[in-house]
Amino acid sequence: MTFWTDVFWPAIKILIILNAVLILVALLVWAERRISAFIQDRLGPNRVGPAGLLQSFADLLKFIFKEDVTPGHVNKPYFVLAPALAVMPAMIALAVVPFASTLIIADVDIGILFVFAISSLGVYGITIGGWASNNKYSLLGGIRSSAQMISYEICLGLAVIGVFMLSRTLRLQTVVEMQGDGIWLFGNHYGGFAKILDWNVFKQPLGFLIFMIAGFAETNRLPFDLPEAEQELVAGYHTEYSSMKFALFFLGEYAAMFVMSAVAVTLFLGGWTLFGLEELGWFVQLLIFLGKVLALLFFFIWVRWTLPRFRYDQLMRLGWQVFLPLGLLNIVLTGVLKLIFKV
Amino acid sequence: MAYKTVERPVLTTAEKLYLPAVMKGLGLTLKYFLKRKKFTRQYPEEPTVVPEGYRGLPSLVKDDEGRVKCVACSMCEWVCPPEAIRVIPGELPGDDPVEKGPKEFELDTLRCIFCGLCEEACPEEAIFLSETFEYCGRSREEMIFGKEKLLEIGGVRAEGVKKWKKEADAGFSRKGPRR
Ligand code: SF4
Ligand code: SF4
Repeated sequence: MTFWTDVFWPAIKILIILNAVLILVALLVWAERRISAFIQDRLGPNRVGPAGLLQSFADLLKFIFKEDVTPGHVNKPYFVLAPALAVMPAMIALAVVPFASTLIIADVDIGILFVFAISSLGVYGITIGGWASNNKYSLLGGIRSSAQMISYEICLGLAVIGVFMLSRTLRLQTVVEMQGDGIWLFGNHYGGFAKILDWNVFKQPLGFLIFMIAGFAETNRLPFDLPEAEQELVAGYHTEYSSMKFALFFLGEYAAMFVMSAVAVTLFLGGWTLFGLEELGWFVQLLIFLGKVLALLFFFIWVRWTLPRFRYDQLMRLGWQVFLPLGLLNIVLTGVLKLIFKV
Repeated sequence: MAYKTVERPVLTTAEKLYLPAVMKGLGLTLKYFLKRKKFTRQYPEEPTVVPEGYRGLPSLVKDDEGRVKCVACSMCEWVCPPEAIRVIPGELPGDDPVEKGPKEFELDTLRCIFCGLCEEACPEEAIFLSETFEYCGRSREEMIFGKEKLLEIGGVRAEGVKKWKKEADAGFSRKGPRR
């Protein structure tokens, strides 16, 4: 254990990654508003900075200067704790995401277990926030959120088991490396552009589909945004929140979205590899990774402005009666194919 | 029978899968996303075009000789539903056929409801609802517009009633129907 390898470099990496992600999240909010506007034949925020890029920072300033109202009927300690709990898990989960072959804060062997263990804590922020608000809309939002996240966490877990049956390890860095070394087909090795076929999304299409849909539910995005369903619940769990506390919930939601996309890219879309370009160094790898994540985030936003919300019973039926069996089927299928092809 | 059996549509497998419909929807939104024409009007840069007959801020007009058309008859003041207008009449110097005019003419823009009754009531065609809708002030007092400001907004309208001409020159009789 030395100062340089165990304290200094990790601290630098944390600084880089945390700041990069926070800025990306701010831009993500801007992107969400711009993309939604474009889909609806509008222009969206385009005044602050070039093409409105600084809009989120203007909003942030506004959030900071707004009055922070704490209603009299809330349970104060929990009311204050909830927004922090909503942001922390997403930030911590970033620690094990491999941004590049060398840019990873904690290269732990249990990788994905850590991500699931931490990100499932995110539900506490929402539930406690909803409960502490002492308001029926908030409470309903919180309850819905916990039920939804618990149900879909199972599907999420089942969907990735197939990937780890192929990679034989939970370490995310290895999972990425295994997706980048070309494909073996009928005894021939194909490199170059065919390397893309090595991505798990082609080996585990069903797993990817379930993962993405469960990911939408996990991050409370449309079509599964029942915890905050505006038409029914005012704003759901954050109805009573204002100022920076509200902004923290907002931040938590978008950061969770970022983490979900990052994990999906790592597990299914080849992480920081792309046609061998990754050999150009860590910076290119970082760009590749972020590019893929942004593409996936675009997909998240695109879906949000396309699909209407599910009804609550439909959501639960979909989770338990469709995706749970499908996830199990995927595991069995992967096992059988593994036996047949001996990989 | 007190109830009616509703025929439920029988869904095909593709419809039940839901995914084809999702793809179709995504395609549609992508089409709109890529569409160049947007409906947003970039307001301060792109001026708003008001439709014909738009009822904006009421304003006073002058005739083509630069004289205030209003004769301070207070018809508009009387008809105005929210009592937004206050006319203080004054005598005009000289031996013109017109002896009376507004000394002060106040329009409380915060009260005005843009009904257009003042324009209808005015016998001299001196007050018109302009196309102006952008005006502001920092206090209630500032939002009460005086004569000068209203004349500035109204500008010149040469046509219509010309009260400075003698009836014979003007070619119409004050006693008969005006037009
Ligand atoms: S604007 Fe017309 S109605 Fe009003 S006082 Fe003047 S002349 Fe009379
Ligand atoms: S438009 Fe109507 S409300 Fe406004 S000043 Fe004229 S009569 Fe009064």
